[in-house]
Amino acid sequence: MSKKTLLNSKEIHIILHRLACQLIENHNNFEKTVLIGIQPRGIYLAERLVSILQNDYNISKVELGQLDITFYRDDFRRREEPLEANKTHINFIIEDKNVVFIDDVLYSGRSIRAALTAIQSFGRPANIELLVLIDRRFSRHLPIQPDYTGRQVDVINKEKVTVHWKENDIKDAVIIKN
Amino acid sequence: MSQLSVQHLLGIKHLKVADIDLIFNTANHFKEVINRPIKKVPSLRDITIANLFFENSTRTKLSFELAEKRLSADIINFSASQSSVKKGETLIDTANNILSMKVDIIVMRHPNVGACDFLSKHVKAKIINAGDGTHEHPTQALLDSYSIREKLGTVKGKKIVIIGDILHSRVALSNIYALKLQGAEVKVCGPKTLIPKYIESLGVGIEYNLKKALDWCDVANVLRVQNERMEINYFPSTREYSQLFGINKKILDSLDKKIVIMHPGPINRGVEITSDVADADQSIILNQVENGVAIRMAVIYLLAQQITQ
Repeated sequence: MSKKTLLNSKEIHIILHRLACQLIENHNNFEKTVLIGIQPRGIYLAERLVSILQNDYNISKVELGQLDITFYRDDFRRREEPLEANKTHINFIIEDKNVVFIDDVLYSGRSIRAALTAIQSFGRPANIELLVLIDRRFSRHLPIQPDYTGRQVDVINKEKVTVHWKENDIKDAVIIKN
Repeated sequence: MSQLSVQHLLGIKHLKVADIDLIFNTANHFKEVINRPIKKVPSLRDITIANLFFENSTRTKLSFELAEKRLSADIINFSASQSSVKKGETLIDTANNILSMKVDIIVMRHPNVGACDFLSKHVKAKIINAGDGTHEHPTQALLDSYSIREKLGTVKGKKIVIIGDILHSRVALSNIYALKLQGAEVKVCGPKTLIPKYIESLGVGIEYNLKKALDWCDVANVLRVQNERMEINYFPSTREYSQLFGINKKILDSLDKKIVIMHPGPINRGVEITSDVADADQSIILNQVENGVAIRMAVIYLLAQQITQ
């Protein structure tokens, strides 16, 4: 098995700041915007972006939620390994808000499809955008594209892209394994 | 662990601690789901469930039905009083006829002990026991333990007394298995005639004095006197029963602590429990009902996960 580092912690730092600025460009002071981290791995990216927005760009209040999509997936009973659910935590109203989904890697698009269904249980948002750190191009099963992208990569199907966060993986890095 | 160790939910006796933890963790997620504006998930949209109730039930049947609907399963309902069972059809024939209509899971309540075990050996479907005679009622015991965990943080080391008609109670037996498995101390309390002879072999204590039992416990699970299962008189009168074993405000006020009051329903107000106690803030009877839906969703979801395409 070979490993290749696609992004190191310094590159991730720069990309996160760029993504934060792009969010500010479109959402101003986040009065009508809520950020939703997709469980399990999107929540770290979402938390990191919120801390950059608050600490480095003086946005006073950013609503952040966590959405678990396990019960909305289209591969229930079709997988070898059973799925384990995670916590959903959305303690604000999403009705008529601008919702930004945040996930680490966009691959087939099926998770985002599930998230689009799941979010309907909480109301009708004004619109929904998608922010991802890594966009695996040409691998989509569904017509879903990100609005904000950290880095686009072309990797073949058997390769796996993993995003490591210093919160639980020692340091920030994006790794490609095959 | 993310998979149950059993193929059917026939009784708590067959479960391991890890199974109970998995069911409770899954139920936590479903409890969040049923408190959303839209209380439904699409997970089981290609699963069909038959609810076979050969014995009367309101709460359990409604709770299972709601759990199934919240998971988007298709359901068919059957109750013995309106069916061909009256015309002499056997249990296996009834079940197989229903299975020919492509049913994946059967939830069954039956007056005979072991009916679910029997069915699980003879038909190709997942079986969930919703009460078999005086034997087990696993989902009730699970939701009882879940409610205790929610209220007190843990079941381990807690002292729980089960009061009333232990002899005829499947709730008592399933609760004893579940509570002992999770490391609780359990006592039963009731008239001598309604305590089974060998109950101590399950590792539970016996207390005939209600006041002493309440002084000892953290949680009192009060059971209904099941008059419909009694062919003979087990105690002289309902009035005497409620004087000796009925929970009222006076006896609770005489304790030097606040204990948690539970009841699996239906309540006979004024017999085993008075109205002011049933509606007091230390009673978690309605929480038990709410948790029942989340627990049943978790059990159905986890068993459905094992059904291959």
